[in-house]
Amino acid sequence: MASAPTASARKGSGWFESWGGMAIGFASFFVIWHIAATWLVGSALFPPPWPVFLRGIVLAREGLLQDQILASLSRIMQGFLLGSILGVPIGLAMGSFMPVRKILEPYTEFLRFIPAVAMITVAVIWFGIGEESKVFLIIYTTIFIVIINTATGVAGIARNKIRAAQSLGASRWQIFLHVALPATVPFILTGMRLAMANSFTTIVAAELVASNDGLGKMLWDARLFMQIEDIFVALVCLGLLGFLVDRLFRWAIRTFAGRFSPLL
Amino acid sequence: MSLVSLRNVGKTYQSRLGAAYTAVRGFEMEIEPGEFICLLGTSGCGKTTVLNMLAGFEMPTEGSISIGGAQVQGPGADRGVVFQGDDSLYEWLTALENIEFGLKMRGVAKAERRDRAHRFLELVGLKGQERKHPSELSGGMKQRIQIARVLANEPAMLLMDEPFGALDAQTRSVMQQELLRIWQETRKSVLFITHDIDEAVTLASRIGVMHAGPASKLKGVIPVSISGERNRTSDDFIAIYRQVYGMIREEVALAMQRQG
Repeated sequence: MASAPTASARKGSGWFESWGGMAIGFASFFVIWHIAATWLVGSALFPPPWPVFLRGIVLAREGLLQDQILASLSRIMQGFLLGSILGVPIGLAMGSFMPVRKILEPYTEFLRFIPAVAMITVAVIWFGIGEESKVFLIIYTTIFIVIINTATGVAGIARNKIRAAQSLGASRWQIFLHVALPATVPFILTGMRLAMANSFTTIVAAELVASNDGLGKMLWDARLFMQIEDIFVALVCLGLLGFLVDRLFRWAIRTFAGRFSPLL
Repeated sequence: MSLVSLRNVGKTYQSRLGAAYTAVRGFEMEIEPGEFICLLGTSGCGKTTVLNMLAGFEMPTEGSISIGGAQVQGPGADRGVVFQGDDSLYEWLTALENIEFGLKMRGVAKAERRDRAHRFLELVGLKGQERKHPSELSGGMKQRIQIARVLANEPAMLLMDEPFGALDAQTRSVMQQELLRIWQETRKSVLFITHDIDEAVTLASRIGVMHAGPASKLKGVIPVSISGERNRTSDDFIAIYRQVYGMIREEVALAMQRQG
């Protein structure tokens, strides 16, 4: 609230700046898609947007589409939240204490190079094709990014911030709570945003390979039965969902944590 | 009894490869209550090391430092520190919240600390800026917040490490006058680090001139007895400037030589 003048100046205040430009951007995307599908390719394997939209309506009427979306989203949300809840304290500890960093670095530096997609097989063997394996994979894909961003944030706090707090009479615990933690919030949120994008990739891959529902499963079935329009409905849904979730994330950051992170 | 006494203070840094560097050796100084001491020296002469040891950020490897009769064991709220840059401010807090930070840490009730923060915000001339964040304020304003933040905490003394070093000449001059006014109102002891002779003669009641580093100590202390407002073009100002300049000139040459 207090930073309103600069924030609104940066965002631009007109309707066009906030929504108009984006609407034109989206519209042009569908126009180009239409032109490409109808005139440039002209194949049954690349449907234009309108039939895809109609198919989407049909699937939504039957309730099938919502079911798949909900299945994928709930897995993402569970894994993402658990991964973040675990990742933040681990990252804080790694960034604050050198011994903890040395001990845990082999884990983070080793495991983060094994992509979650590569862990699908192990996850299915360990947890079966139910919810557990998906949530495990999303936690896996979330946690390392959150840990590394958080640790970087804590370790990068200006020394004078800590020193100032010490000479103002703050205890170690107070410095952690009132200096280290708030100074790290922008890094934590950035890590979570990146992790959210990764979660989308991972959930689709996991559902493609082993699942009874979800957008990934929908893609897989549509491929099996050559339902081209269903494939495109799933793809568009993924793009829209990702876009909306990211917007929601940015909105939440601005509303609840704007003072920590004026740049997002 | 003096408020602060530094006795035979020395600081030797040990590098990881085992090389030793002695920044300060045999440093002696007494600071009386209400005094404004400027510590003047060439770059690399160890003046910041002295301040950091007095602040408790670093421990001396030789000698002893005491404040109010007690040995300095580490940082404490009795010594408020104003840093050179603005990276010590908390950018997620407003100007007012920055100023009341110390009071909050020390458990002062909300209404009272608000009250006190407002008072010091006004004292440093920031009335009307209380709800702004540091990123929305100019360099001079940010240094004012630092000063108010320290003063609101009511320390026994202020330690200022080239606090106006990053400001432009006009702003610096204004800030010097403001600081003098605040000092006259609050009568805190101040240890002010600078490499600017003009700044030292403008502010100090005594100027401590340091030898060039390494293994630096005080070369001499010059009392500044100018009554009334200090005017850069007045004879007594120029006389003291000359005296200080005479002392530091050789050290500058020495420092240049040593740094190649």
